[in-house]
Amino acid sequence: MLIEIKNVYKNFNSKRVLNGTSLTISKGETKVIIGRSGCGKSVLLKHIMGILKPDSGTIALDGKNLAEISSKELNRLRMRMAMVFQGGALFDSLTVGGNVGFALYEYSQLSSKEIEERVEESLCNVELCGIHKLMPSELSGGMKKRVAIARALCVRPEVVLYDEPTTGVDPITADSINELIRSLHDKLKMTSIVVTHDMKSAYRVADKIAMLYNGKIIAEGAADQIQNTHHPVVYQFINGLAKGPITETIEKFI
Amino acid sequence: MVAIVQNLGARLVYHINYVGALTKLFFQTLYWTFVPPLKRERTYQQAKRIGLESLSIVSLVSLFIGIILALQTAYQMQKLSSEIYIANIIALSLVRELGPVITGLILAGRCGAAVTAELGTMKVTEQIDALETLATNPVKYLVVPRFLAFTFMLPVLTLYANLIGIIGGYLICVYRLGIRSSMYIHMTFDALQIKDLVTGLIKTLVFGIIIAMVGCLEGMRTEGGAEGVGKATTVSVVTSFILIIAADCIFTAIFYFIFP
Repeated sequence: MLIEIKNVYKNFNSKRVLNGTSLTISKGETKVIIGRSGCGKSVLLKHIMGILKPDSGTIALDGKNLAEISSKELNRLRMRMAMVFQGGALFDSLTVGGNVGFALYEYSQLSSKEIEERVEESLCNVELCGIHKLMPSELSGGMKKRVAIARALCVRPEVVLYDEPTTGVDPITADSINELIRSLHDKLKMTSIVVTHDMKSAYRVADKIAMLYNGKIIAEGAADQIQNTHHPVVYQFINGLAKGPITETIEKFI
Repeated sequence: MVAIVQNLGARLVYHINYVGALTKLFFQTLYWTFVPPLKRERTYQQAKRIGLESLSIVSLVSLFIGIILALQTAYQMQKLSSEIYIANIIALSLVRELGPVITGLILAGRCGAAVTAELGTMKVTEQIDALETLATNPVKYLVVPRFLAFTFMLPVLTLYANLIGIIGGYLICVYRLGIRSSMYIHMTFDALQIKDLVTGLIKTLVFGIIIAMVGCLEGMRTEGGAEGVGKATTVSVVTSFILIIAADCIFTAIFYFIFP
């Protein structure tokens, strides 16, 4: 699925979050969007899923403008996509199995035995076989994140959107999540959009990295291009420096 | 002065917007109620939570209300030597007014608040967004079962509360005031007409809709983490209380003029 974001503006109350964002994600590509916390990365993902609507600008999936299609068609598109939320966003009234198989239980014609098999398969994919009977409250933070990935994979989507998949998990789990994203890309040619500020993860999974700053994409390129950038803002961000143009602007406001 | 007018204007606009949002949610809910697939178990689960689990508190409160009504009426009626009419007054005030309102307020406090807290937590933990990404309409999945459960369970609970309240009155009248049991029952049935029951139940239907809509709207609009959930829950209960009493006033006036 080809995703085209053109000149998107979005304000919350009087605060401008997206300020003419444009980005294209080709089929089968893993695009990593980096940027500081609160710079609008998650908001951009929610626009792609059609949960938020832009004030102006267009978002097109496979050439279809999200603003112009019916809600039925939007839901059909959504069934081909999946999103992994930052905190997991598991439904805490349902078991892990109920969460992972949610879309299948609601919409598919599969028998419950087939759904259970698919759920188990998805859970095994994230190395959590046999936990379908647990409740989300019984899981650790890292497990919740992996169950959320399993829920996304269970519908066999073409596109997966990850919102900070490695934040708040231990380094080993983080690496296994990176590996999973990479292998889904390699084996299934899945399109992935990963929003993160974890640069190690970004270099590991990205075909291309784009940096969102002040609501705009200010740089885009392959991992090594970004790593060797001369752009002062990108340089400060990827090297995690306390002094630089990003913090200078903040100091000016202070 | 200008600031006061501006402030008043802003509040007025806020309230008009609020009523608009409630009405919009109500029509969306009505629409999604009839869009298949209809999953009964979710409504059943909510009905159980709202109805069955509220039985004990509704019983306790309505029994006390019945007792209080009997004692307060007796205080006045004894002066007029017309204790015989206590049963009438208890039955009428309960069925026409107190049963629906008290049950409505109990459910708004007990279940409306719970709905807001639950949906609010779902909102701030992005579970409602997650529903949308799974091609599921939040109104259909979350609001419709609660709406149906409230509008069905509130009339049922009110009927039950009326009965318990009348029993509370019976206990005082028969065991303390010396009215004959058969007389109390006779006077109760004699006082009540179908229109009393129907007008009471129409009110409860409206109260049920109010509690469900306010509870769900506040929950789905929650912002700002745990503090936001707390605030939304408070606003939900206060708004439900005000709207229930206001609706009660309007409907009582309408029924007074239509069915004198």
